Amino acid sequence: MLLEALTLQLGYNATLVTIGSLLLGIAAGATGTFLFLGKRALVSDAISHATLPGVALAFMVMVALGGDGRYLPGLLVGSAVSSAVGLLCVSALSNRTRLSEDAAIGAVLSVFFGFGIVLLTVIQSMNAGRQAGLESFLLGSTAGMLWNDALVISLGGALVLCLMLLLRRPMTMVAFDPEFAAGAGMNVRRIELAVMGLALAITVVGLKIVGLILIVALLIIPAVAARFWSNRVGVVVILAGAIGGISGYSGAALSATAPALPTGPIIVLVAFLIFTLSLIFAPNRGILTAFLRHRDFQARVHVRQGLLALAQGQPIYEKLTLRLKQKRGLIRADSDATEAGRAPAARALLDERRWQLLRSDPAHEGAAAHYDGLTPLESVLTKDQLAELDRSLGPEAV
Amino acid sequence: MNVTLAATNGISSNIEELHGLPLAIRGLTVSYGEKPAVFSVDARFEAGEMTAIIGPNGAGKSTLLKAALGIVNPLSGRVSSWGQDVSKMRDRIAYVPQRASVDWDFPTRVLDVVMMGQFRQLGLLGRIRSNHKDDALTCLDRVGMRDFAKRQIGQLSGGQQQRVFLARALAQTADLYLLDEPFAGVDAATEKTIIAVLKELRSSGKTVVAVHHDLATVPEYFERVFMINTTRIAEGTVSQVFTEENLQKTYGGKLTTSRMSVAG
Repeated sequence: MLLEALTLQLGYNATLVTIGSLLLGIAAGATGTFLFLGKRALVSDAISHATLPGVALAFMVMVALGGDGRYLPGLLVGSAVSSAVGLLCVSALSNRTRLSEDAAIGAVLSVFFGFGIVLLTVIQSMNAGRQAGLESFLLGSTAGMLWNDALVISLGGALVLCLMLLLRRPMTMVAFDPEFAAGAGMNVRRIELAVMGLALAITVVGLKIVGLILIVALLIIPAVAARFWSNRVGVVVILAGAIGGISGYSGAALSATAPALPTGPIIVLVAFLIFTLSLIFAPNRGILTAFLRHRDFQARVHVRQGLLALAQGQPIYEKLTLRLKQKRGLIRADSDATEAGRAPAARALLDERRWQLLRSDPAHEGAAAHYDGLTPLESVLTKDQLAELDRSLGPEAV
Repeated sequence: MNVTLAATNGISSNIEELHGLPLAIRGLTVSYGEKPAVFSVDARFEAGEMTAIIGPNGAGKSTLLKAALGIVNPLSGRVSSWGQDVSKMRDRIAYVPQRASVDWDFPTRVLDVVMMGQFRQLGLLGRIRSNHKDDALTCLDRVGMRDFAKRQIGQLSGGQQQRVFLARALAQTADLYLLDEPFAGVDAATEKTIIAVLKELRSSGKTVVAVHHDLATVPEYFERVFMINTTRIAEGTVSQVFTEENLQKTYGGKLTTSRMSVAG
């Protein structure tokens, strides 16, 4: 069943939804990266919640004009307008008053959402005949998706991607160093608005599939997951797009395998799964590598300290040191050095003495900066330099 | 024309005369709240010279620089660059902001940061060619950071980060270099490198203006000095203006005698 879903063999509607979700995911992941890099992840939450009154008002207007209240392009235009108003409110509140941006976001988000819910209740009681089913915009609903809906989503996503490509350099520069960007002649405020405007477009386009409450996840989670894997903006953007696309595609396919599985939440859960895997397994930034690296470092410190203690005939009290040394065959069970342990102990002591001599000499300042208690001096100095150092160390030490 | 405080201080307000100046500021007032950070300031920065902007903390040094670049909007006053509006002269102006203004965990490598200085050449969609990369690497070479080109910027020390910022400004290939506290919190080796690069720029005819906080090194590093404490206190060559009396006027009681003695 899942295989059929993944290969788009579950019928017309499921195929539309899966392809739409793929495109939406790619566009959302790539665009959301710039929100995330500009530390504006939460703005998308305000943007998305501010769509609700627009959806409701557009419905009412279309019904009042005698049309079909559920006409999707009309609803999307309405949501875009009210969301833009919300965005400008956040921007104005944080720029022109003493309110910080998070407070502005909180205020706008709750007020717009509350207003939207009130309007939905009004619509419920309206005599519009057909029930609107506008609640489906909260969490998305793909059940009745039409060819035209999928087209709107695909075109919208593609347009946003193109704009993102066009603006990628200024958006990157403004996110990294707004002052420099301004000095280079960029209108920083306008570019920040463009970043949020693209997120707004994604939100509107994604209302049908993911819904306004969960779209934030599709904008932010792919970017956060991608950040674990790369230190370059370009790569992070591409990876985020890929992660968003994979989440959208496989999430939609998964939800098509059973009648009661909601598309949007499943997509978000798949994205979260990818995030979790990245968090744990990513090289360099993942927590597993960080843990292993720390443990390895700790072991090397203990072994080195233990070797120095052995060479100087001092007792070792640390249990971890004893265990590590026994495991490496450097000491016997009674804590005395083994045959195999003596030579490395002597080497460690010599190395440490060399280091101390080196660090007391200001002429070696550059090399002394490499001292970390672990790196052997042989790897820092040339053979000649080392020989010279040993001469001043005196014969008895060597 | 506004009659400003500074205009009575003997600075000519004749626009013609300002034409050759890389940067001229007249009657500039900038205010963040209702307390001006910079009040009615006149300043002229001569071509081919190195000028230090000095003054106590909160005296408006950085604000002056930002207003000159159009990063903050002034309440009143004019800034001109070679006699024109600054926005028309962006290609000839390079800027090194304070290091603290940046997110150092940003996913970008040293070379990418330097190449941000080439934005005005590249534009929105211009292809990055090998000569752009070579230019950026040359800029890194000049600040002694070529070996670090592929490092993530967060892995650098403070001094190294500052040198990368300077390399980014070099990549802007400008005639006027504005630097905000380039020596703040950097190691001795970095300070030496930066001042060498700045002096090199000066000898090739460029103009350098730096906000500077270390009075002891002013005579050694700069030939001109601009002293500010919200209003303009003095401006001129170091030998004429960098006097105990002017320092006292600029810093008031905040100047310790040990710092003053260096000026004597």
